[in-house]
Amino acid sequence: MSLANLTPSPGFHKWLPVEYRDLVEHGPYFRDKKPKVSDMGKFKEIVEEHPMCAGCAMTLFIRLVFIGLPTPEHTVIVGTAGCGRLAISQGSIPFIYGNYGDTNATASGLKRGLEVRFPNQHKDVVVMAGDGGLIDIGFQHLMHGWFRQEKFTTILLDNEVYGNTGGQESGMTRQGQILKMAPRGKKTGKIDALGLAKVSKVDYVARIAPTNPARVARTVRRAVLVAREVGSSYIQAYTSCNIEYAIPTPDVMKDAFDVEKDRYGFEEIISDRAKEFLAEVEKKDKAKK
Amino acid sequence: MSTQTASKVPEGKPADWVPAGDLQEVVDPEWLMHEAPRTTEFITGSEAAREAIRRCNVDVAISYPITPQSETMQQAGYLYDEGHIKEYYRAEEEIGTMSAIAGASRAGVRSLTATSGPGLMRGLEAISSWPGARTPVVLLNMCRVINTPLAIQPDNIEISFLLNTGMLHAHGENQQDFYDYTLAAFMVSEEVDVTLPATVSVDGFFVTHARGHVSMTDPKYKLPPRDGWRSAVPAMDNENPPARISRDAPIQKSNFISYHMHASWQQEVFAAVRRSAKYWRKYLGDLIEVVNPGAKEMIIASGAAVSQARECVRQSEEKGIEVGLIKVKTIRPFPEEEILNAVQGAERIYVPEFNQAGWLHKEVCSTLYGKCKADIIAGPRVYGGMTMPTELLLDWMAEGRKDNPSYTF
Ligand SMILES: Cc1ncc(C[n+]2csc(CCOP(=O)(O)OP(=O)(O)O)c2C)c(N)n1
Ligand code: SF4
Repeated sequence: MSLANLTPSPGFHKWLPVEYRDLVEHGPYFRDKKPKVSDMGKFKEIVEEHPMCAGCAMTLFIRLVFIGLPTPEHTVIVGTAGCGRLAISQGSIPFIYGNYGDTNATASGLKRGLEVRFPNQHKDVVVMAGDGGLIDIGFQHLMHGWFRQEKFTTILLDNEVYGNTGGQESGMTRQGQILKMAPRGKKTGKIDALGLAKVSKVDYVARIAPTNPARVARTVRRAVLVAREVGSSYIQAYTSCNIEYAIPTPDVMKDAFDVEKDRYGFEEIISDRAKEFLAEVEKKDKAKK
Repeated sequence: MSTQTASKVPEGKPADWVPAGDLQEVVDPEWLMHEAPRTTEFITGSEAAREAIRRCNVDVAISYPITPQSETMQQAGYLYDEGHIKEYYRAEEEIGTMSAIAGASRAGVRSLTATSGPGLMRGLEAISSWPGARTPVVLLNMCRVINTPLAIQPDNIEISFLLNTGMLHAHGENQQDFYDYTLAAFMVSEEVDVTLPATVSVDGFFVTHARGHVSMTDPKYKLPPRDGWRSAVPAMDNENPPARISRDAPIQKSNFISYHMHASWQQEVFAAVRRSAKYWRKYLGDLIEVVNPGAKEMIIASGAAVSQARECVRQSEEKGIEVGLIKVKTIRPFPEEEILNAVQGAERIYVPEFNQAGWLHKEVCSTLYGKCKADIIAGPRVYGGMTMPTELLLDWMAEGRKDNPSYTF
């Protein structure tokens, strides 16, 4: 998208909703200096209002993902059924909402198609979907996208439950957890998706909780840049479901810190080629500052 | 950020490699289909499909093997290697294939895939969402028995599962149709007021693996490319002003506005199917072909059953009996008006089919109900891989001339 595409002609300007004018004038598009997490409240974010549950950690995380995107004006998001899409679809970035679990197959075709059509313009493709969507129903496509080294980013919003259908166990639920469809507690353990990403030779893998907003944005930026230039990238984020896990809204962040400390600490697994690439990029970033 | 270079030479190709597609000349599609000089070759249906694809200027093709389709997408692989197709890969299975090809189409590029019976069934959730997503894709479908018991034989029951999806659908009789319909399908599906996926079905083996005469244009000509900026809905390329409600966003609140939104979206899809008729006519002539118009005994058929019906018409003629034939070229849009006009004067209509469900018979009945006095006879039908001997059709027609006919086979 070009800036001209976005900018309304002067005659129309005042008739457009203030919401749109704000996006053009104060949004994150086409900025030499992209707004950072510390600028929150001072620029128009890609997603603001949404119909997700009050206090849901997933919404905070999604907001931060949008801030971390290196080139939002050339990004397409692919999502699927699940809570996350309620907020993602309110973002001012094209959002593909297909069938449940089809995200990583769809993204494979989309990314390749965009490369054919725009050989001189990077188009970043980012999948954002739940643990059920990616690790259960969409598992095969997730894995095969990695095996094929498809150049897009996958962000798993891991609330360890099927939130949107009312709280059933998923492959990412922990052993013993009582949930719907697991009346006696889940029989088997949480699937080691990070391990699978590693053995699939995903170039950039990160585990994260939304406790440090700047780190979330930086991780997203790294993942998207690696997918653009090097190979697949994967972020697995703990985004608790306060409804199904009965976490009182004021305690959502406390839970995030506790879980992070206990079993969801920040971790990056980066291939040598991706390390080399990121070092180069970040050196240039520093020089710019 | 760095920018990509426009034309990278693929790995394994010499530095001066030029994609074969770049050496072809883009020509007017109507000229290509109606006027360009043709030469005839004796080739299989899969080869006819390959020759069509060669001339279709395909951007992305995604494959997955299944008999009797595999041959065609393997050939598409060779076309990719030659540089006639820009991007190609073998997907993990059919839901992956059908989702990915829709992703490619959403990027605004010309997209092709193919499958058969069980593969179509596996991919159906994805396929049935293509029309609503307004994604032009061409799906070549080489009909095959649906399990179980397991078989790989021709039987076109799977077409019945596509009838109400909002897909365009042409059903080819032979190798020639496979070639012509494929070219037409791309052009029709990408028209702005259509913007829908299109299936081209042929009956497996009878068409795909048998040889027939196919007259084709010079391979130096190809169709114009898909124009990703020209479609009923914008491509998902982030080249449009941002909006907070994106085209694919779920409008699934439980309220009346959302019901209306969904209802009108569906109405528009099915209206677009009807609108496509004018473009199919442009490329295929009429949506039906009529042999012996006005005959008292008529056969209505599509696909390979048409060939059997032609032979029945010829043999009847030898015995001095006039039998008429309506070949249905497009199943969607279904040529209701044309069929209605063509059966005026008919007393008995036979609908021979290669499936047990009789989907074409049902289509014909609902089209003609209350508008035509003829008896519409449900058959003959063969399935599970059987062939349809001409004698079967001739026997049924002889039976129909009796006072109290009883049809068996
Ligand atoms: C083919 C298909 N199967 C099942 C569903 C029902 N479904 C919708 S959302 C969902 C669960 C979502 O869970 P998850 O992916 O973990 O995301 P969350 O809502 O927890 O964010 C399910 C099972 C569907 N929409 N489509
Ligand atoms: S159900 Fe859970 S994951 Fe879904 S919006 Fe509510 S709190 Fe968030």
